[in-house]
Amino acid sequence: MSNISRDEVAHLAKLARMAVTEEELDTFAGQLDQILDAVAEVGEVAGDDIPPTSHAVPLTNVFRPDEVRPGLSQDEALSGAPAAEEGRFRVPRILGEEQ
Amino acid sequence: MSDLTRLTAAELADKIHTGEVSAAETTQAHLDRIAAVDGDVHAFLHVDAEGALEAARTVDAAVAAGERPASPLAGVPLALKDVLTTKGVPTTCGSKTLEGWLPPYDATVTRRLREAGVPILGKTNMDEFAMGSSTENSAYGPTRNPWDLDRIPGGSGGGSSASLAAYEAPLAIGTDTGGSIRQPAAVTATVGVKPTYGGVSRYGLVAFSSSLDQAGPCGRTVLDAALLHEVIAGHDPMDATSVDAPVPAVVDAAREGARGDLSGVTVGVVREFSGEGYQGGVLRSFETAVAQLKELGAEVVEVSCPHFTYALPAYYLIAPSECSSNLARFDAMRYGLRVADDGSHSAEEVMSLTREEGFGAEVKRRVMLGTYALSSGYYDAYYGSAQKVRTLITRDFAAAFEQVDVLVSPTTPVTPFKLGEKVDDPLAMYLNDICSIPANLAGNAAMSVPSGLSDEDGLPVGLQIMAPALADDRLYRVGAAYEAARGPVLDKLGELEAAK
Repeated sequence: MSNISRDEVAHLAKLARMAVTEEELDTFAGQLDQILDAVAEVGEVAGDDIPPTSHAVPLTNVFRPDEVRPGLSQDEALSGAPAAEEGRFRVPRILGEEQ
Repeated sequence: MSDLTRLTAAELADKIHTGEVSAAETTQAHLDRIAAVDGDVHAFLHVDAEGALEAARTVDAAVAAGERPASPLAGVPLALKDVLTTKGVPTTCGSKTLEGWLPPYDATVTRRLREAGVPILGKTNMDEFAMGSSTENSAYGPTRNPWDLDRIPGGSGGGSSASLAAYEAPLAIGTDTGGSIRQPAAVTATVGVKPTYGGVSRYGLVAFSSSLDQAGPCGRTVLDAALLHEVIAGHDPMDATSVDAPVPAVVDAAREGARGDLSGVTVGVVREFSGEGYQGGVLRSFETAVAQLKELGAEVVEVSCPHFTYALPAYYLIAPSECSSNLARFDAMRYGLRVADDGSHSAEEVMSLTREEGFGAEVKRRVMLGTYALSSGYYDAYYGSAQKVRTLITRDFAAAFEQVDVLVSPTTPVTPFKLGEKVDDPLAMYLNDICSIPANLAGNAAMSVPSGLSDEDGLPVGLQIMAPALADDRLYRVGAAYEAARGPVLDKLGELEAAK
């Protein structure tokens, strides 16, 4: 009765950039299915006339004065970087071999 | 055990500000207590003895110089949940992803505590990124409930609640997205408050579900929580969702409540929060609490909030959806864990391998659930419907608060369960939040206050009080009145310990 297949979980994991293991695919497929079954009832409650709420306390156009304030220094911003070089974040290659 | 660890924050503040005891010896007494018991309890992920003592000595110098204390809590030490950033002090959120990370800035809550002269003893354990009800999802091992070391201390803020119950700290900070302050408070017989959404700044609170997350005060008494509430609350331009309104006078309300008169207050009992799934001892404790509120002069009426039963499913779509988006920031590029950066993997592969390694099972489940609920084709059925339910729940609250001043219910349907009992059953774990979630969805203020021990297992039960947004003071008035009538619960733990 599974609504979420193993392949779909693999696809979700790919979208979410998580390299899940084969074993996790089995576990998560079963659990996600169970959870989605349990939460599906939200679709049966509200009619078309009910507006959605995205935020509990309605606020619009929150402004503050546009003043120059100190921010993080370059060293501070890089202090937690897994790798840094010449004052920049060093990242693994972002283009494939063929590109 | 040093006597100083047995005092309330209000009592300690009084002694420190009059020079009867120093903030440094108060802080040291709590550090000693941590050293003695935290091997068993594991409330702390990091203890910052040096930083705490330095803050304490600053307060002592001010007292010696005859200066006015920086705040009513100056010198009273505190345990800070490890989800709020602390400059130069480790902040892990209970995740391997952030192991060893030293934030370059303080959260607004942290900054306010420092400015108020509150020594920060350390960072407390939690479910990874605040996702869970037991602290078993922490990458650093669970916290244990001081009432019974084989049982859960609640979650996600189990470290904060356990530190209070174990007398390791007189005050603590928690964060509450679906009950993570209130449920831990309930199962450890301590007090925990989720303020009105936007009442306390989220700046520097590592985001899980931004429209629900709210930091708040935890203590062993209602007055202590109120004193802490006033230190951390208030408008912050660094958080665009911060409410620009005066902080409710919660300390005055707690003092007024402690006089024990609730005449003129109407209390609503939520009909939907009982029946199947609720432990008998929890329901009997709740009935006793309601009877006590009547004796205090409150008028008690039953109210129906028909959509509250849909709060749990709505929450488990909204929170994972927001979490899947928020946790995208852990991309292994700018801070935090990075694995497999050996030159053979692309940035995208490094990202995927790092997130696989750095996230625990519950975080992965929720990220995938959220990714699913937000994907085209499913968005309307899941996330869209959940947002509509959120509207209906807000309307239920509004209708109820036309009749009553506060609503009450059990905080959580069962007493603390055994570690390991529900860890492989996500749905059973989620049910712990059934009573606490509606207040998060509507942005209301809510509190858990100890309501005694369950008659069947002798474990703590919490009474939840809910008030409209920006009426946090009502929680404190009713909570303090009830606390005074009920009498201390946590003291029984001391008796249990002494009897061993």
